[in-house]
Amino acid sequence: MEDKALSGGRLTRKEAIGLFESDDIFLLGRLAASAAVKKNGNKAYFIRNMHINPTNVCVNRCRFCAFSRSRGDKGAFELSIGDILSKLASVTKGGRNSGATGQKRLQGSNGGIREVHIVGGLHPDRPFGYYLDMVSSIKERFPFLHIKAFTAVEIDYMSKISGLGLSGTLSRLKKSGLDSMPGGGAEIFDRSVRERLCPEKISADRWLEVMKAAHKEGIRTNATMLYGHVEDYTHRVDHLLRLRKLQDKTGGFQTFIPLAYHPKNTDIKGKYTSGIDDLKTIAVSRLVLDNFDHIKAYWIMLGEKISQLALNFGADDIDGTIIEEKITHSAGALTGEGLTAVQLSHMIKKAGKVPVERDSFYRKVGQ
Amino acid sequence: MRNRKKAVPERLTKREALSLLRSSDLLEVGRQADDLRKDIHPEKVVTFVVDRNINYTNVCVNKCTFCAFWRNEDDPDAYLLDADTLFRKIEETVELGGTQILLQGGLHPALDIDYYCDLLRSIKDRFSITIHGFSPPEICYIADSTDLTIGETLKVLRSAGLDSIPGGGAEILSDRVREVLSPRKIRSSRWLEVMETAHGLGMRTTATMMFGSIEKPEDIVLHLDSIRELQDKTGGFTAFIPWSFQPGNTELAGQQGNPGAAGAGRRRSKTVFQPATAVEYLKVLAVSRLYLDNVKNIQASWVTQGLKLAQVALRFGANDFGSTMIEENVVASAGVSYRVTRGDIVDSIKSAGFKPAQRDTYYRVIGEY
Repeated sequence: MEDKALSGGRLTRKEAIGLFESDDIFLLGRLAASAAVKKNGNKAYFIRNMHINPTNVCVNRCRFCAFSRSRGDKGAFELSIGDILSKLASVTKGGRNSGATGQKRLQGSNGGIREVHIVGGLHPDRPFGYYLDMVSSIKERFPFLHIKAFTAVEIDYMSKISGLGLSGTLSRLKKSGLDSMPGGGAEIFDRSVRERLCPEKISADRWLEVMKAAHKEGIRTNATMLYGHVEDYTHRVDHLLRLRKLQDKTGGFQTFIPLAYHPKNTDIKGKYTSGIDDLKTIAVSRLVLDNFDHIKAYWIMLGEKISQLALNFGADDIDGTIIEEKITHSAGALTGEGLTAVQLSHMIKKAGKVPVERDSFYRKVGQ
Repeated sequence: MRNRKKAVPERLTKREALSLLRSSDLLEVGRQADDLRKDIHPEKVVTFVVDRNINYTNVCVNKCTFCAFWRNEDDPDAYLLDADTLFRKIEETVELGGTQILLQGGLHPALDIDYYCDLLRSIKDRFSITIHGFSPPEICYIADSTDLTIGETLKVLRSAGLDSIPGGGAEILSDRVREVLSPRKIRSSRWLEVMETAHGLGMRTTATMMFGSIEKPEDIVLHLDSIRELQDKTGGFTAFIPWSFQPGNTELAGQQGNPGAAGAGRRRSKTVFQPATAVEYLKVLAVSRLYLDNVKNIQASWVTQGLKLAQVALRFGANDFGSTMIEENVVASAGVSYRVTRGDIVDSIKSAGFKPAQRDTYYRVIGEY
């Protein structure tokens, strides 16, 4: 298995489960780190980005989620498109009048953000037009901002509202300015686990179908896996293998992001994942997903410390400045809500890697 | 890739320790430390102590630049704990199954040895609890202010109820570094002298190291070597506890963060003092395990590193999770505070793949989970 991993051979289901079960985190880390070096050299990436959640009102009631509310619940919120634009303007300084100065800032010259990540609840009565307006208004006001928005779950929901089917929905969004899609809503593909976690949510098949349709429309996406709740190692490996299979077909996934479950304020409760499990999951993901270019150690969920270590266990990306994070923080995130580019860069250097500030397609930006 | 263990492990030289600290291969350093930890503690038990950190005063004449806790005697938030508060804190500790109090404080100019003896006796009269107290700077301060030798001071305190001595105040046992960090604090040789004397009297102590400030890898090696040499002589150290400098609210971070201050124009700099990262922490921890082959226990510091990194630390040489810290003031004053219960600690040890066990001050297991 070791030789196979080092020579870039494809791991079987059994071998991948064996890696999870192994106690030798040092060997696992070494194999994964060498696979990462083959893909990305000694580089580790970060981005100046911001998260926006247009609403926490959601018709689904996933048991692992502490963020969602029903309409009228205490703490339920809905942002207007105007609210979203002001949030963006506030972190891009010159953006308010959308003049040339603002555009320059957004290109990163003054530390402005380059990417906005937008995900939200499945709102019961917002029309499809609202989402198109949201995207086109952002694009119009901030033309240099990359819009990474809407999980497969939201796209599926919009396709029902719009009646346009998946490809019609995706192409309209793309025309309005959608640049890429995040990888959320994948959770765990296994049917029985999914039934316990999020019975109302789209099935694994449908999630993969949406991603396939997005890739076909030329929209690149990420993929995630929520682990550390009620699943076991076989469920994790099966999840990875289904992603690997689709990626073989489409090549449309950019980055895989394992998401560590957070137990606070959720229905299924449970415990935080261990730091050792987090590192193992990063490493096994890197080794199994040989057709993914990037593995991200999302610092909001793993904490800055484990994210940094993950760079020695196969990850090549630690996400970005983020500025404001709500979903994980509703479930007891132990991190702050934002980090500066200087902090991110320092973490990467001290892990023995070369920090590279990237754009949304992993092209180097800045110095 | 099974690692073959050497029949008789060679002792790490200073040069080797230095090259491990400078190594970019974190996983290899970790693997070696993990192997040695398995040899010393093959039973897969990770211990912790239930105790409370009681700081009897924050008034301190030393005013170390890395410390955010100290106050002047006339500062509005300066305090000296009154007896009732102290007893209540201890009572709560006993109720929570605590076996030890970690009793430490600043070097308060108005207190003399009688105060400390009364303090110890009043606790022992009321409670059956181990007093792990007074780090070497406090011992020296008490000795100096009463014109007693260190040995005499320790004897007096011991007969009043002091059981063992914490390893604080060691910071980095390199006088070059101490000159900057803590110019008024006792020198390395005095710290070592207190420990040697205590061990000679049959008292057990711990040893600590605060890294990640301005020291160089050579200073860390010098520190480890001083501890190993003394341990060879006395065998009195129960554990070694490396932890990283927490820059929040400290003078040192202010100085480092404002390099223009000394020069003309007092240019304001936005440089922020970056605390030691996870990679640096694990490397120092692993090298400590490897170098201190004669110190049985190495403690992970969840208080400064968080539970997740403390879990990983159990695979980088640590075998002890420290204290449940019913109360902790000093690190919290530097802005770092992880709120953790005993249940969280037990769960963390288990999910890291180890058997949690409560221990006493002397690292004897007194309860398993």
